[in-house]
Amino acid sequence: MGTVGISKYRKHPAVLFVLMLVGLIITGGLYSIGATAANKVAKDSVSAAAILNDPASIDAGKRLFATGCATCHGLNAQGASDGPTLIGVGAASVHFQVATGRMPMAAPGAQVMRNKPQYTEEQTLQLAAYVASLSPGPAIPTAAQLNWAGADLAEGGELFRANCAQCHSFSGRGGALTEGKYAPTLMLATPEQIYEAMITGPQAMPIFNDQTLNVEEKQAILKYIEYLKDSPNPGGLELGRYGPVTEGLFLWTVGIGALLMVAIWIGVKAK
Amino acid sequence: MSSNEHNETDNQVVPVTQTSSEVRLPNSQLPLHVLRRADVDPIAAGRAERQVSIMFLLSAVFTVLATITFFAIPVDKFIRVPGAGVTQASNLALGVTLGLAIFLIGTGAIHWARKLMPDDEVIQSRHSYASSNQIRESVMQEIREGGIESGFATRKIVRRSLLTALAVLPLPAVILALDFGPMPKNELRETLWTKGMRLVTDPTGRYLRPEDFSVGSLVSAHPENLHAWEEENHNLNARAKTSILVVRMTPEQLRTSQGEGWDYQGIIAYSKICTHVGCPIALYEHRTHHLLCPCHQSTFDLADSGNVVFGPAARRLPQLPLGVDEEGYLVALSDFQEPIGPSFWER
Repeated sequence: MGTVGISKYRKHPAVLFVLMLVGLIITGGLYSIGATAANKVAKDSVSAAAILNDPASIDAGKRLFATGCATCHGLNAQGASDGPTLIGVGAASVHFQVATGRMPMAAPGAQVMRNKPQYTEEQTLQLAAYVASLSPGPAIPTAAQLNWAGADLAEGGELFRANCAQCHSFSGRGGALTEGKYAPTLMLATPEQIYEAMITGPQAMPIFNDQTLNVEEKQAILKYIEYLKDSPNPGGLELGRYGPVTEGLFLWTVGIGALLMVAIWIGVKAK
Repeated sequence: MSSNEHNETDNQVVPVTQTSSEVRLPNSQLPLHVLRRADVDPIAAGRAERQVSIMFLLSAVFTVLATITFFAIPVDKFIRVPGAGVTQASNLALGVTLGLAIFLIGTGAIHWARKLMPDDEVIQSRHSYASSNQIRESVMQEIREGGIESGFATRKIVRRSLLTALAVLPLPAVILALDFGPMPKNELRETLWTKGMRLVTDPTGRYLRPEDFSVGSLVSAHPENLHAWEEENHNLNARAKTSILVVRMTPEQLRTSQGEGWDYQGIIAYSKICTHVGCPIALYEHRTHHLLCPCHQSTFDLADSGNVVFGPAARRLPQLPLGVDEEGYLVALSDFQEPIGPSFWER
């Protein structure tokens, strides 16, 4: 008798909204599960430095490069019409691009987006070792460089607002640039990836090398970004933490939309 | 449309029946009143009544829940809500319960009105808005009598002195305008930058050397004497005027400069203040050398003299000529050669 009960309500006007709501909740739930899963990149037991310094890694990396990267970047990483040269970009650049899933790139566009990594951490480090062997470039930050325990959080906030906030927004959630480019959110990036981005300047991002922004200052910034990641939303929905514009947009669309629904409901003659 | 109407336009004579004439000349006043289910069916009316009262009672339940919530959930308790992130439990619970308490009173009232209150169409004629002639005449009479009794027409000295007083009253508004502050003199054209002034990083205050810069580097900087100036003058005007962005590109990428030799081996400095309405700009895309203002999307090409490539800004960003002193630090070669910031009357 259950089917009879459902078909009785099938044409009810509220069914559409309920179905949409259920669909949205399921999609949102799945997305948030997927996002957290992607964020937890498994750390291999072998230390990164050991892989990078192992001469065998260069050969392994070269083989991986030939199958996965050479189509666009050239057989010897010299660059081609589809991709820039990788000579001199350094291990940090390779590790950033591959570990965040931006490379290998699915299709060219205004912005290469963060994606599910296509290589394991070990393979990524082998690729980095190979590219670093071609010509020196920024190295993957060491554990000591990434240790921000003693850093000054307040100084980190000041440095973040002076150097990062203009593009990544004061909450680190990112923002728009020109012609379809954008500064991505920092909330998904690991401290290692953020450090690598600062020293290599991926895509539109300028370079913040260790001379203009020294290691202690970078550690302070990393500490501040971790603080931003951990800071809760006392008011509920954070709406991207972009500030009053998104909040206004939300109210003008969702809020006034809901009011319109109610107004229509009031106006329709009851049966 | 009935087939009869079509036939008539075709000039075919068809006997018009009584029913079809009723269809063609309907009651033009109001649509026929349709009774609702609750009007005719006592069971439906009872159901609607129950629904309304359940909404009101639920509202009361949520009000009680909100009160309990206030005491039961500690303020420092945070929970993870799918879609909303980590949220303060107390605020969330108070918002949901109080929101539903108010919302259910509203929906209950609307449901009540829609289902149970009478919904017969009623015509209410408008009354005339104008007052009667008698009232209008008596008001005019009172005004005329008031004019005579006050002596406004007859006592000329009073009338003229009053008009004089009213005429000179706006004068202080004009005089006070003179006190808007001292004239800016050269302050809109001159900044703290002088020949040989060293650049220091913002906010860390370190001197900068050319070798600190990679191609693609971006540094916010200001003159080394800014902090001393601010301690003396207690305002941020100099900071707004002297803030610069220093970037490095290869000398080949640097197509044009505002002056010959104003870069130092591809290191160039531009005012950080947008020439549109003065927002600080630092959204620098190091591959296109475009600098984007976040306020109104004015875009400047730093590889091409800071010229405007997009947006409402009317003028290029002023460039600060750079050089190196004998100790190898980056210095300004002079002040800006044109006023920084938004346009003003003489610019």
